[in-house]
Amino acid sequence: MSSARPIVIHGGTVIDAATDRDGEFDLLVEHGRVAAIEKPGVLKGHADAERIDAKDQWVIPGCVDLHVHLREPGEEWKETVQTGAEAAVLGGFTSICCMPNTKPANDSAEVTRFIIEKAKAAGAARVLPIGAISMERKGKQLAPYNELAKAGCVAFSDDGDPVVDAGLMRRALEWCLMLGLPLSCHEEDRNLSCGGSMNESPLSLKLGLKGFPGVAEDVMIARDIELARFTKGKVHICHVSTARGIELIRRAKNDGISVTCEVAPHHLVLDESCVCGYDTHFKMMPPLKPNEDIEGLYKGIEDGTVDAIASDHAPHDRDSKLVEFSRATVGILGLQTSLPLFVELCSAGKVSRRRMVELLCHGPARSFGLSSGTLRVGSDADITVLNPAERWVFEAADVRSKSKNSPFVGRELMGKATNVIVAGRRVVRDGTLASEWVEDER
Amino acid sequence: MGCQTLVKFRLPLFTFHSMVDHLLGIEGLSKSEINRYLDTAHSFVEVSERDIKKVPTLRGKTVVNIFFEPSTRTLASFDIAGKRLSADTINVSASSSSVKKGETLLDTVRTLESMNPDILVMRHSESGAPHFAARYLSRASVVNAGDGAHEHPTQALLDLLTLRQHFAEKGRGIEGLKVGFVGDVRHSRVARSNVWAHIALGNEVRLIGPSTLVPPDFVASFGSKSVRVVHNLSEGLDGLDVVVALRMQLERQDEHFIPNLDEYSKEYCVSEPILARCCPGSVVLHPGPMNRGTEISGDVADGPRSLIRRQVNNGVAVRMAVLYLLARTAEPHEELER
Repeated sequence: MSSARPIVIHGGTVIDAATDRDGEFDLLVEHGRVAAIEKPGVLKGHADAERIDAKDQWVIPGCVDLHVHLREPGEEWKETVQTGAEAAVLGGFTSICCMPNTKPANDSAEVTRFIIEKAKAAGAARVLPIGAISMERKGKQLAPYNELAKAGCVAFSDDGDPVVDAGLMRRALEWCLMLGLPLSCHEEDRNLSCGGSMNESPLSLKLGLKGFPGVAEDVMIARDIELARFTKGKVHICHVSTARGIELIRRAKNDGISVTCEVAPHHLVLDESCVCGYDTHFKMMPPLKPNEDIEGLYKGIEDGTVDAIASDHAPHDRDSKLVEFSRATVGILGLQTSLPLFVELCSAGKVSRRRMVELLCHGPARSFGLSSGTLRVGSDADITVLNPAERWVFEAADVRSKSKNSPFVGRELMGKATNVIVAGRRVVRDGTLASEWVEDER
Repeated sequence: MGCQTLVKFRLPLFTFHSMVDHLLGIEGLSKSEINRYLDTAHSFVEVSERDIKKVPTLRGKTVVNIFFEPSTRTLASFDIAGKRLSADTINVSASSSSVKKGETLLDTVRTLESMNPDILVMRHSESGAPHFAARYLSRASVVNAGDGAHEHPTQALLDLLTLRQHFAEKGRGIEGLKVGFVGDVRHSRVARSNVWAHIALGNEVRLIGPSTLVPPDFVASFGSKSVRVVHNLSEGLDGLDVVVALRMQLERQDEHFIPNLDEYSKEYCVSEPILARCCPGSVVLHPGPMNRGTEISGDVADGPRSLIRRQVNNGVAVRMAVLYLLARTAEPHEELER
């Protein structure tokens, strides 16, 4: 396991939704686990421990991102497992689940093991691969779920594409229920979205851009909810962007259907009017929405319908964005901005800090059946210490990803992960990666 | 409401770096700016009627017409306009350019800009393409000669000039007109540019066609009380002074926008009997190319209400005005003698 030296985090405000803790506590990390959580002054001894002064900072479970694209294997110029895992810990994420739309797709144990090996070598965040639902993500033949699960996949998804064939989706749900693993669904009826590059609305009519109507997402959410009801399988809805989608999920949860969902930060803090200048950095899938939908997302966050915030971290090289709007690639970076954007929402009073921690830690972990996302004595020591008051400008040089496609570059952010611990090992110290430490402590 | 606090940063991202003027659309132009184009165009009409159809105004200026989409009349009229102003004009069409070899739009326009043209006239099948080019060019002015389903500003200006000439002969101006656009408004850049212009002039606008091609959302999209959406042709034409018939793209029936062309033309073809619903003295425009019998009947196209030939004729004068006004912005201002 990790370096044997214990770590004491003292003076910080520990916030954990799963144990309903919010107050000043000191933490002891030993042998890769949380060894003690005590009121200030109770932890004695441990003179040999590495000490983190967390005064005026928040100490939360390491954040979990259920939806990232690491591009390796196949598009290493956009991102690698290493750069993605490093961006993750710098952004406060200790576990990230990577989508299988790599080249080749992650539909075999070989690809899964390859990603896990790369992640071990990187030594940053835990990387939990998501396997494909169908072979080559083509929607024609089921992927080998047992093989993928044994190799380390934590869920299955054809993200980037919807599962068009409802019959295949049914059988996938039935099979994966035996494994207890969820299917993470990209919801889009392609006959309705029709290649639209922004939300269908008065604005898309005005700009002359093909619209992607919200109903293209809603009808597929409704289908998969009904399939989950029928099969009793576990469905996780990716990047919900419509108020109607949230309402469908809310009702399904009330009916006791096994459905969870995630919302991406950009769908909360940006709206469709951002597209007015045809700036491709605002081209997302699903597209940015108007205020009615955004309010629906906030409502879902408030009443607990939304389980997780997931960044849909989508690195793309500059060239693929420097083209006509309708021809540009979709998506933006998210790993280093999710947490600060939420700290800002917290400080603006749009979400409570307990709920924020739930959405970034325990909520996502629970959705995929992971044991992480909480701070209890005995749990894995995945911990993020952040300074919620720090205001800093997110410069291109701060971007750890290989690609720089973020509309937030150059913008002031609020809140920064200062110290991050993964499996008892401190991988970020004072906002800097372990690999870049000046070796002054040996 | 929800996102307001967090999106305020976004505007600076769109500031254009260049110091030159562009004509990317009619949206946002004021009445006086539109009139400035029309007045200038008016004074150029006469040049094309001379024996020697050339003035030295833009000698030494270079105009590149880059057309990523096929076009006959727009390209020809920009080319002639440039030549009549004594500018050097070069026509680049996508089929013969490096675009076919896989070059990106940005590389293509940057390559052209490095040859120091003064004006880049651009036609592109994708909405926003000229705006994208304008953002990354620093020296050349960009003229939008039609971008996707977005705008076609010079077409709107030539339509206005045509109306202005016609109604001046009848002793009135073009303010206070009731103008209707019939047909595929959804995919029409001509309609969008025209509507913005008529809104700026304070005119009443009706968008007429089936809900698949003229969705009610258009009212919100123009954000003006003077715009109405009407699905019934006869009701829509009631009391109009100007009818603009829009081209029906024949492939639309495969995209489920209409059942078939027959059904469409029975309901929406602008024909002589139904034009009786309009005001006496009403006129008909069509941006071309026409599908006779589909969106406009032959007798209307060639009939006494039709200003279609005049539209084509005015294309050159309007484009001369646009080139002239843009090329001039970099130089000391002197008023054009009238």
